[in-house]
Amino acid sequence: MKSIPVSTTVNGDAVDFVCAPGETLLDALRNRLSLTGAKEGCGTGDCGACSVTLNGRLVCSCLVLAAEAEGAEVGTVEGMADHDKLHVLQQSFLDHAALQCGICTPGILVASKALLEENPEPTDEEVRYWLAGNLCRCTGYDKIVRAVQDAAAKMRSA
Amino acid sequence: MRYATPKTAAEAASLLMEDAARVLAGGTDLLVQMKSGRLAPETIVDIKHLPGLRDITREDGGFRIGAAVSGAEMGEHTDLVAAWPGVVEGVNLIGSTQVQGRATMAGNLCNGSPAADGVPAQIAAGAVARLEGPEGTRDVPVAEIPTGPGKTSLKRGEFVTSIFLPARPERSGDAYLRFIPRTEMDIAVAGAAVNLVLGADGTVAEARVALGAVAPTAMEVPEAGAALTGSKLEDPAIEAMVDAVRAACKPIDDKRGTVEFRTHVAGVLAKRAARIAFARAGGQA
Repeated sequence: MKSIPVSTTVNGDAVDFVCAPGETLLDALRNRLSLTGAKEGCGTGDCGACSVTLNGRLVCSCLVLAAEAEGAEVGTVEGMADHDKLHVLQQSFLDHAALQCGICTPGILVASKALLEENPEPTDEEVRYWLAGNLCRCTGYDKIVRAVQDAAAKMRSA
Repeated sequence: MRYATPKTAAEAASLLMEDAARVLAGGTDLLVQMKSGRLAPETIVDIKHLPGLRDITREDGGFRIGAAVSGAEMGEHTDLVAAWPGVVEGVNLIGSTQVQGRATMAGNLCNGSPAADGVPAQIAAGAVARLEGPEGTRDVPVAEIPTGPGKTSLKRGEFVTSIFLPARPERSGDAYLRFIPRTEMDIAVAGAAVNLVLGADGTVAEARVALGAVAPTAMEVPEAGAALTGSKLEDPAIEAMVDAVRAACKPIDDKRGTVEFRTHVAGVLAKRAARIAFARAGGQA
């Protein structure tokens, strides 16, 4: 098995790593770059806990090969806060208690950020459809939708 | 295992001639199959670096859609959505937002699932796949690509580089509907696509009906299209079309739907899709 050198950008920082040919971007982020925000829930693209952006597009990092990140721009939950200052969405999830165990939260935050960049004023239905690929098994979705909508309102008036 | 990023179609075809080589475009089926152990490729051939594979281009009044164009990119292409709303809505039903960011129409076709949401509307559209392989280029109607669950007519070393959707005449419209027990993120229990072209008098001049999840492959039902031709979708024409659809169904019986249920629902979906396609074509009942 041949190792592949990869040069990519993660959260705006140039990053180099070496990976195996069949290794997923999720595994490379977690095990080689110590970015453990993205989680492996299902590993098959159903749960969205591993959501990241790849060249600005929301994807499941478990369904991307690490080698495909060559020359790309990757965005993870670690890139959302500005040092100690949480992103509006992160603060909103805390304010609305939109999480319990928190395993799904990084993926939902990344997915919600991608939604609001594309659609700053979504309806509840649009939020629910956009997040249909992000499964939460403890909190339920009402608080998550409320947190996203509150953050959207704050971001619009900022 | 090896990961290759060929820069020419000939190089890709040559890599695909090797044992246990697999194409990688969006990866939303391939990586799942690797994870489950169903596939253990020796060589992964990433075709996204080939010229034109990520482009939607106008050609002869129609659209050539590169095999690595994602569902999300198709949905954002205003002209494509206006011309072929049914094809795009079928592709956009595949998976989640995350999956849409990667999954491709060509991959959905080549995965060979009888329930693939991206396929029936392509068949109804008369779409043609362009293949590259060791012996060069050939064009094959999309309807002839799937041959059974997980199986295609592609020869060793061949892969799809693009799918062509033809030019739209005036007064044309298409639609795709599927049934799933949830509202999102599920596999079609039955699906139906209808593509109509109306004549100057507002009657159906051409009709193609294609079904998904009710046979070993997605398939066209020529008798169903013929039943609509010459009509304005009056009840007798719709009933004849629904009868033809149900007669063509040969579904499996499983936990997601019985034979009887799938057959019934295929008819209902075809009827509703026909009405949507008719309205999109500017038809007045």
